[in-house]
This record gives sequence, structure tokens and C-alpha cells, in this order.
Amino acid sequence: MERPSHSEFYRQMLRIRRFEETVLDQFPRGDFYGTTHTYIGQEADAVGVLHHLEHGDVVVSNHRCHGHFLAYGGSMQALAAELMGRKGGVCGGRGGSQHVQWMDFYANGILGGTLPLAAGMAMAEKLADSGRIVVTFMGDGTLGEGVVYESLNLASLWKLPILYVLENNLYAQSTPITHNLAGTIPGRFQAFDIPAMEVNTTDVLEILNQAGNAIEKVRHGNGPQALVLQTYRFSPHSKGDDTRDPAEIERFRKLDPLKIHAERVPEADRISIEKTVENEVTAAFAAARAEPPADPAALTQALDGAG
Amino acid sequence: MTTVLESMKHGLQSCLQASDQVILLGEDLVDPYGGAFKVTRGLSTDFPGRVLSTPVSEAGIVGLGVGMALRGLRPVVEIMFGDFLMLAGDQLLNHAAKMRWMSNDQARVPLVVRTPMGGRRGYGPTHSQSLEKHFLGAPGLRTVALTALGDPAQLIEQVVLHDDDPVLFVEHKLLYATQVQDQPAQCELLQSGNAYPVFRIRVSGAPAPSLTLAAYGYSAELARQAILKLAYEEELFAELVVFTQLSPFEDQALVESLAQTGRLLTIEEGSMQLGWGAECVARMAEALGPSLRAARLGAADTPIPAAGTLEEATLPQLVDILKAARRLRSA
Repeated sequence: MERPSHSEFYRQMLRIRRFEETVLDQFPRGDFYGTTHTYIGQEADAVGVLHHLEHGDVVVSNHRCHGHFLAYGGSMQALAAELMGRKGGVCGGRGGSQHVQWMDFYANGILGGTLPLAAGMAMAEKLADSGRIVVTFMGDGTLGEGVVYESLNLASLWKLPILYVLENNLYAQSTPITHNLAGTIPGRFQAFDIPAMEVNTTDVLEILNQAGNAIEKVRHGNGPQALVLQTYRFSPHSKGDDTRDPAEIERFRKLDPLKIHAERVPEADRISIEKTVENEVTAAFAAARAEPPADPAALTQALDGAG
Repeated sequence: MTTVLESMKHGLQSCLQASDQVILLGEDLVDPYGGAFKVTRGLSTDFPGRVLSTPVSEAGIVGLGVGMALRGLRPVVEIMFGDFLMLAGDQLLNHAAKMRWMSNDQARVPLVVRTPMGGRRGYGPTHSQSLEKHFLGAPGLRTVALTALGDPAQLIEQVVLHDDDPVLFVEHKLLYATQVQDQPAQCELLQSGNAYPVFRIRVSGAPAPSLTLAAYGYSAELARQAILKLAYEEELFAELVVFTQLSPFEDQALVESLAQTGRLLTIEEGSMQLGWGAECVARMAEALGPSLRAARLGAADTPIPAAGTLEEATLPQLVDILKAARRLRSA
């Protein structure tokens, strides 16, 4: 696969960053309804990993799914519209921020609950001999859920084509990992004979390389692999619920993946990308805002199982 | 004569034959064990690679089924005892049941979760329950109950091959060894044309009924015995309405029967409070107004005890149905 330019990676990460910043900025204005979990600071994970996707590969995501969705190729306008409860949202306003489903992208806000689904999807692809793989994003907090380990056992036992991408942002909502996790994160995978590669960087190019190696193994029938990405979110868990020490957040800003990668992009290109992305974000939110609200008359459609 | 278990197995066999998309999975399914209640015995030998024994992971395997269904298969997951279904509650309610609607119709989940429920075998508090009531009314999840009436094989084929949405399929353990009642003795059997039929049973040659019994699963077998006894011994003529689809609730057959009798007795093996019978009575009260007379029978509001004498006192028995019917007659 041809590797895009430095500029392209910068553009992809910036799209996520500016989307999320706009969401947080506009939430108090009342454009949105409900809640949201932003991805600011973790952009290199989605962009570096999902670069390796091929057509038909499956992505399983979680509550913090906007970055994954945009890197997957989802529409920014449709995502904004989903968050605003508009008819033209990715799921017509039914799912909202945490439940985004489009093509082969599945996100759900139940932590860990998606892992057996990922195993089932990988099983179906394996039985069909489709060559497709499943990429599953999860956070450090999800390691507290028991169903995770049922799923890892099944995936390893049946050599399913899954890449687990564990984004360790050091906090499960507000509780630091030191209060949450015994043992080590790679150990959780290795206990099931799933090779776990720890990647202690926020550099998109390094993540790109490591993810490429892991996906190569998954695609060639070596069973599940895990990629443990050490990251940090600069934004609150949700909207205003940040109890972390501001000095700590400042320290981590040195590892901002956009800053690291921006240095590789020629200044003229960078300025041009920033303008393009700014226009795209402005246009996407404006177009979403102009859409009609989700229509209650269609509420019971697609409920055959209950009607 | 065919038992319900044999008929179910034939149903599963035809499903496996009819479609390569059908995969059976569950704990201890593979031969020679063939599943705890032997519903799948022989199938792993006949269909190698398509009947899988799984780890003891109820949430894991139901979720596995959801994922397989999302990607084009028609998985049938067996949960060894219905009591263990609670371990898979998140998978059923937050994933299987919601996926299609939540995705705005972009995804379908043709998953079947089969599980034995019910007591009368002395298995005690955690292996004898009828827990389906906790899943009834969940939007997006159809709950279907096995019956000895009609053709169990056909019911299995309907859920596995023809339903494109998730189904919880509840099998009372005592039905497995029961003979299939395609033409119950001394009775007239009417079967509705729905994919999930409602059966109406009357005693052959009896006058118009003055009482309606409503039941499903093994309770329907007890109720069938009750309507014969009531007719022959007490000249109390009742019609029995037996449901296969429990949720979403379909009230047409019950409304038709009640329009004639005005008196309703519901029988279920789950604990009675806030249960299936309560929904039946509420629906009929809405449909019929103050003319309705109704009573409910169900398990006592305690766990199911292990000792035989205690279990018998906890679950509704034939004699309880007879008593309740008599009381309703004079109400």
C-alpha cells in the first residue's frame, strides 16, 4: 500500500482535532443534546492504525468513537448531524455520539460488550475465508469488564483475525489507572497467548509502522494480536468532568501528536491544510445544523422484532 | 409417536441442511455428549464444523452469535440452562435487540438463542427458573416459547431460517420428553396462520366455553389436562389459548376468545408478580372493559426450592388450575 504524505496524516489528525474541539466549544450553545466523549490527544492512534484497513475490514469502536469514525472515512457532516439529533445523522439521531454504525463500522457505548461481537464478526469472516480482519478499539478502563476475557479466550482459541487496539489514556473516566488495574496491560492479552506489542509513543508514524506489522500478522492467519498504545486525552472524559491536575495535562501536551507530526510538514502546506480543515469543519457543522430534526413519525420503523 | 425433542432435532437438522449460514454453538454440544438436554445429539457428527462446543462463557457466546449474525450467518446459540441467560443479558438487550433499530436499519441480527427453562425436576433455585419474564417487552427482541402443540420442527425452522431479527427461544425442560400433540386427544385444535402460531383448544363436542385459559410452554400441557377434567368431571367448559410468541404480545386470539367467555385464567411458571399473566389481564381489561373477570396463576414469589415437596408447593399444579377455574366460574 502506498504511504500517504506527511501532509495527509497531518490533515487527517487535524480533522479529528478540530471536529472534537468544535463539539466541545459548541456544546454550551445548545446545538447538541446529551453527552459526548472526545478524542483530543489520541488522534494518532486512529489515523495510524486505520490507515492499514482494506475494503470490507471491520472496525469495532467504543464510546469515544468520533476519531475512529472520521479516520475510517465516515462523513463529518453526518457525524455532526448525529450529535445534533438530526434526521441526516449517521443513524438518523437514534444512536447519538456513542452508537455510530455505518458500513463496516460499529460503535457501542457498553464497554467490553462489543468484544464478543468483534469475535463473532471475525469468526464469520474466517469461516467465509474472506481475508477480512476486525480492528477493535478499547480503552484501559474496559479491562475491568469480565466479558473482555471471555472474548480474548475465544479469539485466541479459534485463532480469529482480530487486532485489539488498546488505547491507554491512563484514566477510566476520572479514576487513574493506578487505582484500577492490577498487573500489566500486555499481561492481560499474553495470558491468552495473544501477542501484545506495547507502543509508547504518540508519533503517528511510529504507530503506523507498529500497527502495520500487527495487522500483517492478523491478516496472514496468525490469530489475534494486541497493540497497546500509550496515549493521553487533553479533553475531559466527557464534557466538563475533568478532575486531573492541570500541570499533568500540560506535561503531556509536549507529546501532542499533532505538534510532533506538524514539524514534518512544510509550513506552507501546514497553513493550507489548516485552512482547508477549518473550512470543512465550519461547513460540516453549518450543514448539519441546517438539517431537519430527527422525525418522531419514523420512531417505530425497523422494529420488526417488536411489532 | 414423536417426542418434542425428536421433532426439535429434526427441525435443527433441516435448518443445517437448508442453509450453510446456520451454525449451532453452545456449551458441550459436540458428540458424544450432544448437549446437556441432548437436543443437538448427533448433529455435530452429521454436520462437522457447523456444531461447535464453546467455553463456559454465556455472555461471550451470545455476543459471538450477535457478531456472526451481523456478518451474514444465522447462528443458533444454546444456553445450557435458562438461569444462565442473565450472564448474557447485556448481549441480548444492549446489542442483539438494539442493533437494527439503533443503526437506523443498517444492520440485521438474525440470531437465535435457545434455552431450557422451568422446574419440576428438582434442580433447585438456580437451575429451575422461568426467567423469560425479565426479557418480555424488551424492544427489538422477540421471545418465543416452545410448545408440544402443532409442529415443533416447523417452529424451529421459522425462528432459525425465516426470522431476520433476534429471537429468544424458550424451551420448558419437561416438554422435551412430551409427545408432540399435533392432534390432542378428545380436543379440537385451531392453529392461527401467524408465523408464530397461537393455538386454541376446546374439548371435542363440548358446548360453547364459558372460561378462557391462557398459557404457554409446559403450563399449556397442564392447562390442556385441566380443560378435559373440567369438562368431563364438572361440566365447566373452557377454551385454552396457547401462545408461541410471548413478546411482542399479540392479543387478537385472546380478545376473540374472551369476547365469548368474559372470564380469563392465566397460567405461567415464572413468578406471578408483574409477569406475563399480568400483561394478559391488562390487555384484556383494556379490550373488554369492566365485564372482564380474571385470575392469574404462577409460581410463588420465592426462589424455586430443591426439595420435591417444596418445589411442588411453589409451582402451579393441575389441581391449582382446577381450583382457580372453579372460583372464576362462580365469580
